Amino acid sequence: MLKINNLHARIGKKSILNGIDLEINPGEVHAIMGPNGSGKSTLASVIAGKEEYEVRQGQIVFESEDIAELSADERAHKGIFLSFQYPVEIPGVTVTNFIKTALNQMQKAKGEKDMPANEMLKRIREKSEMLEIDRKFLSRSLNEGFSGGEKKRNEIFQMAMLEPKLAILDETDSGLDIDALRIVANGVNKLKSKDNATLVITHYQRLLDYIVPDFVHVLYDGKIVKSGGKELAFKLEEEGYDWIKKEANQNV
Amino acid sequence: MELKEKLLSSFIAFENQDSSDSLFLNKLRGEAIKNFETSGFPSKKDEAWKYTSLRSVLKQDYSLFPKSEHSIEYRDVQSFFVDDIDTYKIVFIDGKYAAHLSQTTHEGIDVCLMSAALSQSKYQVVIENYFNKIAAKHGLNALNTAFCSEGAYIHIKKNKVSKRPIQIIHFSTVKEPALLLQPRNLIVVDENAQVQILERHQSLTKNPTLTNSVTEIFAAKRAQVDYYKIQDDKLEASLIDNTFIDQNQESHVAVHTFSFGGRLTRNNLNFHQNGVRIESTLKGLTIIGQKQHVDHNTLVHHIAPNCESHQDYKGVFSDNAVGVFNGKVVVEKEAQKTNAFQANNNLLVNDKATINTKPQLEIFADDVKCSHGCTIGQLDENAMFYLQTRGIPEKEAKALLMYAFANNVLESVKIPQLKKNINKLVAKKLGVNIGFDL
Repeated sequence: MLKINNLHARIGKKSILNGIDLEINPGEVHAIMGPNGSGKSTLASVIAGKEEYEVRQGQIVFESEDIAELSADERAHKGIFLSFQYPVEIPGVTVTNFIKTALNQMQKAKGEKDMPANEMLKRIREKSEMLEIDRKFLSRSLNEGFSGGEKKRNEIFQMAMLEPKLAILDETDSGLDIDALRIVANGVNKLKSKDNATLVITHYQRLLDYIVPDFVHVLYDGKIVKSGGKELAFKLEEEGYDWIKKEANQNV
Repeated sequence: MELKEKLLSSFIAFENQDSSDSLFLNKLRGEAIKNFETSGFPSKKDEAWKYTSLRSVLKQDYSLFPKSEHSIEYRDVQSFFVDDIDTYKIVFIDGKYAAHLSQTTHEGIDVCLMSAALSQSKYQVVIENYFNKIAAKHGLNALNTAFCSEGAYIHIKKNKVSKRPIQIIHFSTVKEPALLLQPRNLIVVDENAQVQILERHQSLTKNPTLTNSVTEIFAAKRAQVDYYKIQDDKLEASLIDNTFIDQNQESHVAVHTFSFGGRLTRNNLNFHQNGVRIESTLKGLTIIGQKQHVDHNTLVHHIAPNCESHQDYKGVFSDNAVGVFNGKVVVEKEAQKTNAFQANNNLLVNDKATINTKPQLEIFADDVKCSHGCTIGQLDENAMFYLQTRGIPEKEAKALLMYAFANNVLESVKIPQLKKNINKLVAKKLGVNIGFDL
């Protein structure tokens, strides 16, 4: 589904990704872990198409197509979704109006008509119930004054509405208490299928107790320095990142 | 002939045409025309008109007393009204009262015509107490006073609440090359009384029109006034709105100005506070493009303790549009514990659009909270990225963010139907397709 080859990216003159290789197949859950500043969020943004980052080298191939030149919305139309670490507040646009606009733009990109109002309402009801979202919440301005948990739940609600093929969850666990974490993780797990894939980006192993990865990759200094199964996450939780850094520096 | 000369020479004929006018009014008019003769039209040399030139607008050969009266049917102009609720309506066509489009009342409140108020003795006391008491005495205001004969007269008596909003609408239809209109409104809201008013100037012709309007609003003790100005006129129509508000203790007056179109629009909005614990609210939303020009010139004068004023003006400017914001707040020495807030935030959609913004604070009291700020910016890149990752293309994402930026000025609109109408208008102006039905 997603194949990243030797990806180098920088912002301004600062090089952040220094040769990433990653392959994700349908039905898989991948986790990317790594110390602060290792390039985790950059990788997420680069896959989603943030223009501030300049791809210097390498390819991002999604469903056999190099998407490196596509805009963020075009990538979204192909089925890539990014759940933000810090969702943007947009006062003046309600959650409902926002998701409706997004969904209809997706339909338009596929050459389909707007979703009928009753179908839209049904879907909103279904997905908001799944994430235990209060109906009142839907008529509030997008992310404005939301708690950390509400923001993240709202991200997963959007994901549920848009049904992406590849969902990238950037530090979805940050700012969540244990109950919110469980609700969010349950939501993500319910959305999993053999046809879609999830890329979880996290600093801590905690989230991976709930969203169990098939593969864990460790990012350090803009490169994947180690890959393994979910046991790698436990080792990182127990031993921290120092041994990774040491190993990586020895290899230089 | 220059417009000024034309006006001065027409005044004599105008003065003699109606003998029913009172001595009081004739005297005012005589003084006003003299003042206008001395001061003339404002020019860019005047500090308050530095960024707005009337030159090209004043070049037209305006007819002052249009002859033809065109009939229009309600269904043709329905879209300019808030029509899904009961309202009182005072409607004018080319400056003349249009009874068939209007609905006035005298039940507990007076919602009627300025011409009636100026000529009938039962209104004499109110007229002599309030008429032309707070309007400026020179320039455009003097010109209006000299020629004024028609407009809205609204008097909400003590403890009365106008249950229906009042719509004041001026249509222009004339086939003459150009038309000058000078409506004059007087709104007196007595102690503990309440009213909501909508005002709109709408040209239905392609010929240039210039409206020089003067409105005086008096809010007595604990009175509440909500005033909404909807300025969404044709490209050939220009408007100079002069509004003067006198507030007594504990009164609340809010003026919302929605400027979405017209050739040149100048809003002179003046709040004079004359008592303690007064609240004044000034909100503005400007969305213009092409070669449109909108200028907001506001004054809030605090003279007594424990009062508040809230000013929030937002603008979205595209193409070659020009925006001006000049907001002055004066806090006199006696006005301790004043809380005065002023914000002017602008988005420039492209680099040909212009905004001139100038906050002026004159504070003579030492225990006050005053803040002001203005921003001129582009759209937030992070927000753009966020929207695009949800599949919303760049153009639509921009429009949606502008809509969001503009939309929160609407939060304080107290008439739900009006809010909905303006909401739709904002979405349309910005090219956003948002459903309001869910």
